[in-house]
Amino acid sequence: MAAITMLEGIRQAIFEEMDRDPSVVALGEDIGVYGGAFKVTEGLLARFGPERVIDTPISETAIVGAACGMSYLGLRPIAEMQFIDFIACCFNQVTNFVAKSHYRWGAPVPMVLRGPSGGGVHGGPFHSANPEMYFVHTPGLKVIYPSTVYDAKGLLKSAIRDNNPVLFFEHKFLYRRVKEEIPAGDYAVPIGKAAVRRQGRDLTIISYAAMAHTSIEAAELLAKEGIEAEVIDLRTLLPLDRETILNSLKKTNKLLVVHEDTRTGGIAGEIAALVCESAFEELDGPIMRVTAPDTPVPYSPPLEERFLPNVEKVVATARELAKY
Amino acid sequence: MTAPVTRQQHLDLYYYMQLNRQLEERMVRLFRQNKIVGGLYSSLGQEAISIGTAYALEPRDWLAPMIRNIGSLLVKGFKPRDIFTQHMAKYTSPTRGKDGTSHFGDLKVLHTVSPISMLGDLIPVMTGVAMAGRYLGQNIVTMTWIGDGGSSTGAFHEGLNFAATQKAALVLVLENNQWAYSTPVTRQVPLKNLADRAKAYGIDSATVDGNDVVAVYQATKRAVDRCRAGDGPVLIEAKTMRMKGHAQHDPAEYVPKEMFDYWKTRDPIPRYEKYLTEHKLWDAAKKAEIDTRIGRELDADQKFAEESPLPPPELAEEGAYCEGCHKIEAEWKRPKQEVIPPKSSIKAEWTAPKLGGLSLDAEFVTAAEIPSAKEASAAGSNGGATSPAAAAAAASAPEPAGGSAVSGSAPARATERPPVREDVANAPALRVPFGRGPKDREFERERTEAQHKHQGDQKRAGRSRRRKR
Repeated sequence: MAAITMLEGIRQAIFEEMDRDPSVVALGEDIGVYGGAFKVTEGLLARFGPERVIDTPISETAIVGAACGMSYLGLRPIAEMQFIDFIACCFNQVTNFVAKSHYRWGAPVPMVLRGPSGGGVHGGPFHSANPEMYFVHTPGLKVIYPSTVYDAKGLLKSAIRDNNPVLFFEHKFLYRRVKEEIPAGDYAVPIGKAAVRRQGRDLTIISYAAMAHTSIEAAELLAKEGIEAEVIDLRTLLPLDRETILNSLKKTNKLLVVHEDTRTGGIAGEIAALVCESAFEELDGPIMRVTAPDTPVPYSPPLEERFLPNVEKVVATARELAKY
Repeated sequence: MTAPVTRQQHLDLYYYMQLNRQLEERMVRLFRQNKIVGGLYSSLGQEAISIGTAYALEPRDWLAPMIRNIGSLLVKGFKPRDIFTQHMAKYTSPTRGKDGTSHFGDLKVLHTVSPISMLGDLIPVMTGVAMAGRYLGQNIVTMTWIGDGGSSTGAFHEGLNFAATQKAALVLVLENNQWAYSTPVTRQVPLKNLADRAKAYGIDSATVDGNDVVAVYQATKRAVDRCRAGDGPVLIEAKTMRMKGHAQHDPAEYVPKEMFDYWKTRDPIPRYEKYLTEHKLWDAAKKAEIDTRIGRELDADQKFAEESPLPPPELAEEGAYCEGCHKIEAEWKRPKQEVIPPKSSIKAEWTAPKLGGLSLDAEFVTAAEIPSAKEASAAGSNGGATSPAAAAAAASAPEPAGGSAVSGSAPARATERPPVREDVANAPALRVPFGRGPKDREFERERTEAQHKHQGDQKRAGRSRRRKR
């Protein structure tokens, strides 16, 4: 079987779920005739028709609100943000209406809100963001941010089948860069389970999305220096897989968190708190982190290069950590 | 064409309006006894809108109330005990104490979506409900409400615009009670008839006297029928007056007294009672029978609520997620095959029969053709269908008195309005944040005392103190 891109994996998940279940519908800006800004939904309208593939006005609040309303009648809408940055336009609808629905009045909202996120493609301050932590801080939501083709397809299927609102972040830098052979036929990857991508004994690197690839590459370089790093790909940020994190720490006793999100309030802080309250005595060194600085994502290539974490930064920080 | 109203329907409308009012009067007493945990938002004087609109729906239809639409919930089938227990934060409430006021709903039986405090968000949500209903072949109509203030939100625009493009079966009732908290309608919307907003979305609209329950019902029934026929959303503006403050904590001293006096004469309930008598639809015995029934029902439900326990504390940490507690299944009323390939498949391309051309359909106008503001206002409003009763009412109603208190740049029309009371215009801004019961009342007491001390105005202080409980 030929290798496919992450974009194709996501596309397959949507097609297969819509084929499997007529209660699955899709809505968003330019997703129909045009096939979406990144062509994720190409061919969807031709196959499923305008009742199930809905081109909307430029109205993020209306997209999320309507998806929520549809889900109250038992549909399972997949709503697209053309770029995930625009989720800020419907923040209220997501955090107050959708997220609190089940808690407040017992009304489940089985919808998926997906869209391209992340930097490295010179998109500038409004087409490169990683706004996942606003939503990791919102009880009632689930937040997924995959790094591999297999996971993207399998996790999106789980998200569509889940009874809760799921935010599905698709790192656009990975859309066409990662290719993978995946099994034919239906499979799903469980939400809330991290993956150990590389076994190691000297320190643990925790990451997700594009930075999972950066971390694996860094670990391979570190291995040449005799530092064996274990690499964990979180895959789901909410709920966080505490068990996998703590088990790895017990083995390596050192922790480095790498994320493309900005530093203050990133998931590294939450993981550090978790480790300090649950496994403080396992630590043989400080919990370290490699992240983007606390700025918007800049446009010009040298600026964005400086902004984004990379293999060199991870290797340098890991070397420091290994000295403890 | 107006829908005929049977005698029984006339009596139903009275029952629900009176039930709504009596229920709220009891809640005011409970609030004063510190038995209402949070804020209490009155719909006094607006009952005809809640009742008349919701009464036009069928059981299969969906609604989503605003906070003051307690009457709509009663019409939909919720019981006074649901309202009592919600406000008293009891474990027996529909949300088991997780949320208060009219923030509750029921997906399965009563088809009601719970509102949130942020205004406008229900409009896209109910658009989605209508779209799903159509998709599933359920032939339902959805209804939600918005205020004069709420119509200023972005969600209002996004929701109504999307509903219009989708021809969703949505009836949006714009309840113009002339005050958004302390801000008069003229500072929210520069339109005489808020129904004119419908023009921007190319949808049907109506303006109706919101204190005339039969007129409200008939206008809404027509809108519901149009929606069900697939003609797209309808905006109904119901003109009324908020007869209390934003909530119980707010004495509404910013409202010119003359305005309350005027609207008190238009109270929808005495007005409707007179109508029923004049049209020989009831007699004193019938009225007494209905009033007794209401008293009995409220007695029982209030007792139930007062005797109900508060929720166990550990409930606070439960229920943020559905962990298998719900079985989610759409109710299909059409063959699924219609939305599954190959039947669902189409040729995915746009067609533009008129090529979007200027000369072909003359849908665009140049800047020179746009009438000046003066001409436009002289032409006046001609939006939508207006019931004869409403037109007469609008003609006799004085302009709402608001907006001219602060700025000297108000439009010339402002001079026709009743003068603003000087002491209100010059009073310092109220600083009570939110009605939350005892703590806030303490806060309000302290604030009032400080204010009096500062002003040294004994006359004013005396009047204000009498308003306090």
